[in-house]
Amino acid sequence: MKGALGQERSWARLFIVFVPYAWLAVFFLVPFVIVLKISLSQTAIAQPPYVPVLDPAGGLAALKEFLAGLSFENYALIATDAIYLISYLRSLEIALLSTAILLLIGFPLAYGMTRAPRRWQAVLFMLVVLPFWTSFLIRIYAWINILQRDGLLNQLLLALRIVDTPPGWLSTDTAIYIGIVYSYLPFMVLPIYAALERMDETLLEAAADLGCPRWKAFWLVTLPLALPGVIAGSLLCFIPIVGEFVIPDLLGGSESMMIGQTLWTEFFTNKDWPVASAVAMVLLCLLVVPLVIYQHLQTRELGKGA
Amino acid sequence: MRRGMSAFNLTSVAFGLAFLYLPIVILVIYSFNASRLVGIWGGWSTRWYVELINDRDMLESAWISLRIAFLSATAATVLGTLAAIALVRAGRFRGRILFTGLVYAPLVMPEVITGLALLLLFVAVEVDRGFWTIAIAHTTLTACFVTVVVQGRLLSFDLSLEEAAMDLGCPPLRTFLTVTLPLIAPALASGWMLAFTLSLDDLVIASFTTGPGATTLPIRIYSEVRLGVKPEINAVCTIIIAVVAVGVIAASLFAKLSGGRERAAPIGAQV
Repeated sequence: MKGALGQERSWARLFIVFVPYAWLAVFFLVPFVIVLKISLSQTAIAQPPYVPVLDPAGGLAALKEFLAGLSFENYALIATDAIYLISYLRSLEIALLSTAILLLIGFPLAYGMTRAPRRWQAVLFMLVVLPFWTSFLIRIYAWINILQRDGLLNQLLLALRIVDTPPGWLSTDTAIYIGIVYSYLPFMVLPIYAALERMDETLLEAAADLGCPRWKAFWLVTLPLALPGVIAGSLLCFIPIVGEFVIPDLLGGSESMMIGQTLWTEFFTNKDWPVASAVAMVLLCLLVVPLVIYQHLQTRELGKGA
Repeated sequence: MRRGMSAFNLTSVAFGLAFLYLPIVILVIYSFNASRLVGIWGGWSTRWYVELINDRDMLESAWISLRIAFLSATAATVLGTLAAIALVRAGRFRGRILFTGLVYAPLVMPEVITGLALLLLFVAVEVDRGFWTIAIAHTTLTACFVTVVVQGRLLSFDLSLEEAAMDLGCPPLRTFLTVTLPLIAPALASGWMLAFTLSLDDLVIASFTTGPGATTLPIRIYSEVRLGVKPEINAVCTIIIAVVAVGVIAASLFAKLSGGRERAAPIGAQV
C-alpha cells in the first residue's frame, strides 16, 4: 500500500517503523526479560534486593557465575504453597464468572442501542463511552459510598423493609463482582455494538420475507454476525480482570486474595521481588492463549480495513 | 426494516445506563453533603470544596499528575501516531508480527505485570525513580491506545487525496504535513485526550514506578480511600469527573463540527 509515507522513501519509512518499535522494545519487551531473570533469582538484603547480579565488566567468568546462581526455587514455591494456587484459581473463577455476567448485561444493552432511532444512537454511544473516560479509581470509590454498612443500599433495603438488620456488603465477593461488572461494562458493550452496527439490515429483511420468525432470525443471523464483537469484548474484559488489583483490594475481603493482590503483597509488603516476578511470569503464561487469540482478532481487523 | 425498540430493548438500555450513572450521580450529590457522616444527609454545602483548596498535599499531587499526564500524552501521541502509520502504511517489514504484538499487548496486559516489569527495568539501569519514570511508563502504555485510535482513522482514509497531491508534484513529507496530518488531526486530538485521562487515572503502574516526592493524585486518593470514605475525596472525585466530562464532550462536539461527515469516533469502537 502506498501513500505519502509509503515505500518510496525508505529513510522515512525506516524512521516511522524504528522509533515506536525501539521504544516498545526497550520499555515493554526488555522489562519482561528482566522479570524472567529476576524470577530465577533469590531475595537478598541488598540493593537491588536480589542475587545474583550480572557484572558486565566481569566477562565470561562473571557470566558463568551468574548463570550458576539462577534457580527455579521461586517456581517450586509457587507450585507447592497452596496460597498461590488458590489465588490463581480464584482469579480465574472471578474473571470467568464476571465475564459471563458482563455478557448477560452488555449484549442486551448493545443490542438495544442499535435498535434505537438513528439520531439517538450517537448520544447513547457517547453515554456508554463517557464512564470509560472517567477515572477507574473514582468509579470504584463511588461504590464504597453505596455499599458501606450505613450506605445508601442498606438505607434503601431497610426503608423497603426487605431486610431488618443491615448486611455488610463491603469485603464480600458480591462487592467484587459489582465493582468489576461496573468498571468493565463499556469494554464489553462497545465491541459488540460496533459489530452489530456494521450488520447489514437487509439480511434480516430477507429472513423475514422468507418467513423466518424474528427469534430465529436473531439466532441464525444476528448472533453469528455479532460473534466477533462478543469474543473481542469478552477477551478485553477477561484478560485484565484476571490480574485485577484495585477492585478486590478496595471492595473485597482480606481472607482470600486474587493473584494481582498476591503479587502486590509479595512486592510491596514482603519485598520479595523474585517471588513477585515468578508470580507475574506464571500469570503471563496463563494469559498467553487468550492474549494470542486477542492479537489474532486485532490483526485480522487491521487486515480487513487495509 | 423498522427500527423500533421493543419494551425489552428499552428496558435493557435504561437499566444499563442507570447502572453506569447512578453511582457517579450519588457520589456527586454526596460531595455537597454538609454532614461528615456518609449515611446522614446534613443539607447542601460546599465546605468540602473549601477544605480541599486548603489541602496542600492534595493540590501538589494534582499538579504532579497533571504535568505527568500532559508530558506523557504528548509523547504518546507522537509515538502512537508513528506506530499507527507503521502498521497501516509501511506494508511488510521484518519483525512486523512482533511489532503488532508489542502494540496490542499493553492494551489488555494486567497492570500489575506491566508495572512490575517497568520497575525492574528502571532498577536494572539504576535510574532515580520518580516523576520521569512515571512519565515514561505512562507514555509507553498510552501510546498503544493512541495507536488504536489513529489507526482507525488511517484505515478509513481516502488515499486518492494524497495521491492527487503527489501527482501534482508535492514532495512526500510536505504531502504528509499539508494533506494527511490535517485530515487525521481529530483522531490525534482524541488520542491525546485519551492518553491524558488514562495517565491521570492510573494507580497501579504509577505505584510501581514512583519514587520519593512523586505522589500522584491517584496514589494519594488510594491511600486515603483505604482508610474509609471521606467527604473531601467525594469533592476531589467530583472535580475530576466534571473536568473529564466537559473535556470529552467539548472534544467530540469539536470533532463533529470540524470533521463534517466523518463521525467523531471516540475510543472504544476500535479497541
